Amino acid sequence: MSEPLIEMIDINFTYPGASQPVFQDFNFLLLPGNHLGLVGPNGSGKTTMLHLIMGLLRPQSGSIKIFGEEVKKERDYVQVRQKVGLLFQNADDQLFCPTVIEDVAFGPLNQGKPPDEAIRIARETMERLGLTGFEDRVTYKLSGGEKKLVSLATVLAMQPQLLLLDEPTTGLDEATRHRIIHILQGLDIAYMIVSHEPDFLSHTVKECCHVHGHCCQPLTIPPGGKQI
Amino acid sequence: MSIQEPFADGASVVHRLDPRGKIVVAALFAILVAVTKSYAVALGGLALALLYLALARLPLKQVIIRLLVVNSFIFFLWFVLPFTYPGDALWRFGPLAATRQGLIFTGLITIKSNAIIIALIALVATVPVVTLGQALHQMRVPDKLAHLLLFTYRYIYVFEQEYRRLVQAMKIRGFTPRTNLHTYRSYAYLAAMLLVRSFDRAERVFQAMLCRGFHGTFYSLKSFSWQRRDGIFLATSVLALLMLLGLEVLKPTLFRGPL
Repeated sequence: MSEPLIEMIDINFTYPGASQPVFQDFNFLLLPGNHLGLVGPNGSGKTTMLHLIMGLLRPQSGSIKIFGEEVKKERDYVQVRQKVGLLFQNADDQLFCPTVIEDVAFGPLNQGKPPDEAIRIARETMERLGLTGFEDRVTYKLSGGEKKLVSLATVLAMQPQLLLLDEPTTGLDEATRHRIIHILQGLDIAYMIVSHEPDFLSHTVKECCHVHGHCCQPLTIPPGGKQI
Repeated sequence: MSIQEPFADGASVVHRLDPRGKIVVAALFAILVAVTKSYAVALGGLALALLYLALARLPLKQVIIRLLVVNSFIFFLWFVLPFTYPGDALWRFGPLAATRQGLIFTGLITIKSNAIIIALIALVATVPVVTLGQALHQMRVPDKLAHLLLFTYRYIYVFEQEYRRLVQAMKIRGFTPRTNLHTYRSYAYLAAMLLVRSFDRAERVFQAMLCRGFHGTFYSLKSFSWQRRDGIFLATSVLALLMLLGLEVLKPTLFRGPL
């Protein structure tokens, strides 16, 4: 069996000041090539889980292994973030450069690519996502759907080996939703999606699991079957 | 509504100049004109600023609108300064007396302000804010300042939207501002909420940047190229400013102001 992409072992996490822990001896495993949907009610810890993986939050105890390597310090997470992409819930948090091309090139530049190559990668990624012609558009003047697609481009431009998406379709129209489904179906990397939309998940993932305080429980019912 | 940069687009000579040269000239110009005490220098500065403006070929109507905004502040100076500045009374209005020195001084301030604003419109407003940030970065202005400028520009619009959303939420529940404690308290909540939200957002933006490999330095996509016309622009501008400086130092008695 090949090495799991993510392994979370006996994770304990409580938000500062909160009375209830989010995770108690939480365990989780993601295998290569997996396309997994994460479901669960608001506040069940779906976003927290993604932020723990990216090192934006640190567990009080337990260990996290990503690509087989244990991550502990900020330095380890800096490496993780080169290979794992996270699409934030709110595109306004993700897009901060004034123009689209600069935002998409921001990640590649941070990876140490020279400006010419960063621009080339940015353009290629945008072309792949059907965003040609958006280069010099001002990010804050984009529509909600455009913002989301550009956000996705900024993450994919870093050529991640694993993609985490936090409610990628919330508030989007049908057409943009379809475009995102189409983009995800064309990806050859593993990804996890947090979503409250069974229909969206049924098009993009093979299996779903329910996030609890202790584990992620696989769902036997097909995700399109009923409202989750 | 959003922040617009009506002067940033254009194909004039001034638009095509290297932003770094323009920033340097604008800074020198502003300092010299701001500290001058002589009408000759102020008027010379005004002439130079108008020359820049002519070269930038900006929509005149927009420029005038901007100048009106600035001059609406100066307008109030005309009501106060001539009457409070000590000197020889020129004419009396009841118990108030406008002094000759006061009028001369207010006139000088008016010319100086307009000269500086016109020069800034012609030289700095013709650079898109983004490019301005990158140019400052290249000029070794501390990174934090350049970032502050870029981030302020990027998020001011988001905050404006957030503010509008909050105001709308207040309105649809029947809030009308009155002179009472409820109104003050609600506005205080509004301000506090904006502050808290902006703090949260700053944190989320920073997290998103970390996720994309940010480690404290920005890499600029733009490379500026210093060309012959930039050298010419810088040299002639500095020469003109030096002449104005000479005028200031020599203080020809003919044009001397009151100070």
